[in-house]
Amino acid sequence: MTATPKVFFDEMRGLTGEVQPHYQPYVEWVEKLPPEHLAQKRQEADVLFQRVGITFAVYGEEAGAERLIPFDIIPRIIPAADWRTLERGLAQRVKALNLFLRDIYNEQSILKDGIIPARKVLENAQYRSVMQGMRVPGGTYAHIAGVDIVRAGEGEFYVLEDNLRVPSGVSYMLENRKMMMRLFPEAFARNEVAPIDHYPDLLLDTLRQVAPEGVSDPTVVLLTPGSYNSAYFEHTFLAQQMGIELVEGQDLVVRDQTVYMRTTRGPKRVDVIYRRIDDDFLDPQVFRPDSLLGVPGLFSAYRAGRVTLANAIGTGVADDKSMYPHVPELIEYYLGEKPILNNVPTWQLREKADRHYALEHLQELVVKEVHGSGGYGMLVGPASTMAQRAEFRERILAHPEKYIAQPTLTLSTCPTFAEEGMAPRHIDLRPFVLSGKEVRMVPGGLTRVALKEGSLVVNSSQGGGTKDTWVLER
Amino acid sequence: MLSRTANDLYWMSRHMERAENTARMLDVTYRMSLLPYRVMAPGEKWAEPWALPLITTGHATSYYQRYTELSPENVLHFMVLDASNSSSIYSSLQTARETARAQRGAVTIEMWESLNETWLQMRAKSFADITARSISEFFDWVKDRSHLFRGITFGTMIRDEGYHFIRIGTFLERADNTARILDVKYHTLLPSVHDVGGAVDYYQWSALLRSLSAFSSYRQIYRDVITPLRVAELLILRDDVPRSLHACMNAIYEILQVLCDRERLEPERLAGEIHAQLHYGKTERIFKIGLHEYLMQFLDQTGALNVEINKHFLVPTYQ
Repeated sequence: MTATPKVFFDEMRGLTGEVQPHYQPYVEWVEKLPPEHLAQKRQEADVLFQRVGITFAVYGEEAGAERLIPFDIIPRIIPAADWRTLERGLAQRVKALNLFLRDIYNEQSILKDGIIPARKVLENAQYRSVMQGMRVPGGTYAHIAGVDIVRAGEGEFYVLEDNLRVPSGVSYMLENRKMMMRLFPEAFARNEVAPIDHYPDLLLDTLRQVAPEGVSDPTVVLLTPGSYNSAYFEHTFLAQQMGIELVEGQDLVVRDQTVYMRTTRGPKRVDVIYRRIDDDFLDPQVFRPDSLLGVPGLFSAYRAGRVTLANAIGTGVADDKSMYPHVPELIEYYLGEKPILNNVPTWQLREKADRHYALEHLQELVVKEVHGSGGYGMLVGPASTMAQRAEFRERILAHPEKYIAQPTLTLSTCPTFAEEGMAPRHIDLRPFVLSGKEVRMVPGGLTRVALKEGSLVVNSSQGGGTKDTWVLER
Repeated sequence: MLSRTANDLYWMSRHMERAENTARMLDVTYRMSLLPYRVMAPGEKWAEPWALPLITTGHATSYYQRYTELSPENVLHFMVLDASNSSSIYSSLQTARETARAQRGAVTIEMWESLNETWLQMRAKSFADITARSISEFFDWVKDRSHLFRGITFGTMIRDEGYHFIRIGTFLERADNTARILDVKYHTLLPSVHDVGGAVDYYQWSALLRSLSAFSSYRQIYRDVITPLRVAELLILRDDVPRSLHACMNAIYEILQVLCDRERLEPERLAGEIHAQLHYGKTERIFKIGLHEYLMQFLDQTGALNVEINKHFLVPTYQ
């Protein structure tokens, strides 16, 4: 057995065990509460979430089965200075990723300059050749990005993953804050917590900014795969908050390269589509012909510049796990800046030397599928059994190009309300970065927490929960 | 407004109203089944009361695909709890809740919470729970939840197109149901001609009136014995009785006058035509045609109206 590190950086107590200054007012307040108070509040939260119906559908269960995402009532607090660093780092990273996307779908100078091997981009399953040479409004591809951040080691931030396709979770960020303010109004009086509820306004503004040229008062809609999608609650929530129509593929029709929605007053033109459907399902005439979710002819309207899709088609090539190790180079190449946020060292198992190292050290590493998501198809070395490692060894040898490996990060912990009272659990953070004419974000993001003791998997589909995230104003 | 949204809202309210009406239909059946039917000469034909809800809602065939015997337990199970019967109270409440979930952006939080709560409670009920005390208690619960939802809708929702389609759904479903419940009497042959105007006849009519919450209205208006002519007048022609066909068509016609424009005129025209027949109708004429025939003709017309509303608003077919 390799020794797994036992000391984790804790958001409240750092490495020393002392309550950190930014948690001081909270701790003082919470310690004065009667002991049963928190348990009562947690029950109250469960009842409220059930009644309001904030649920997510779970795949693989009975069609339409709904579950509550467990909500933890202890906030994750981020000091103002840390957030300033994060904010700059996130803006820098997303800016570079957008420049990269614009480049590879147009001039491809980064490939010509030999910074990244051309085959890595052009042969990537997420590269969409139909996008080659096409101009998108403002040159923005990833209008909405969800960047997964963890703290490790002595508290330094790492980017774990850039989600540039259809990142979800922002509705939980907003609902968690609403819930906390309802449950613990007193706690907010003692802390200057930066507000986040203007996110839908920023999002709508961003979407309007990227409307096709010449459209002065654009009609924006949100395109959902439908009510059985796991994120359907979020789709309805955001559409409602922005005051835009929530449409399904069947509601849209394309005529003369223009997209219309079917309304009770006849067809109405649509200018911007915030789509929450994957590329492959958008248009059966161009992508998967069996897709019933999409809109026949949508791509032709998009190509003609008559409608904007957010995010653009083909952004997956930039958030793919095989592209991830190159992001620091992208930042230097496009912006001429040093990356502000760290990348996690990554072994690409298609490379012989990397593969050799990884197979020798499976027990210490995390192995991920290049195209995987949701915490599925992942091996967490230190927590794995011999049989699981043997299985992954075979999988890697059969398809090395499908896997990457990373060191097992000592994810930071945050006090969480567990059976035994407040106990540390591992967390991550997903801030949402909006890119229109400028790059903007609300302070904070969605904090996910692995509720099982010792677990490092925070995904809601795998027993993860969420917390409210407080960025302090000072 | 998106056609699909309008369509969902329309069906959301239809299903909630349907749950209430199924409860009313079963309630009248239950009340009639308590009457002394079985005192009759052998060989005479009469409809078993528990067959009535199946016949009038057109579900007899699907019932007999599932059950061999006609019994109160089976009918109640089929019409209340059977998830495979799309018109059972269970299914209606589920569909109402599912459509509201799909259209959360278009309904108020209070409306959604009410339908969600109703569904969560319904889901927790077993057949034993429902029949433990009086079945009427359960029917009252369904009616209460429906009244509550309608009141919440009335009290919280913006008066936009969505609201109008919700109201059309309610009134079309209600008109349909009032016509069907009135038709129940047609299928209920009395043991013998001597019984017409007798005790059984009286109790049947009063059970019917009660199931439509119209018994005391009848008393207040006529202050006299219950006669078929008056019941028909009350539930078909009077526009001050909230569940009468006339009252329902008043509401529908009024809303369609708001919704329809020059390009979409047919629904308004058809509603106006049906409305005029009720507005200027006479009971004598209804009985000349025959009550059953008259009601069937009415159901055909409202069916046609539903088709027109679909074509022009809810499921437009343009390409």
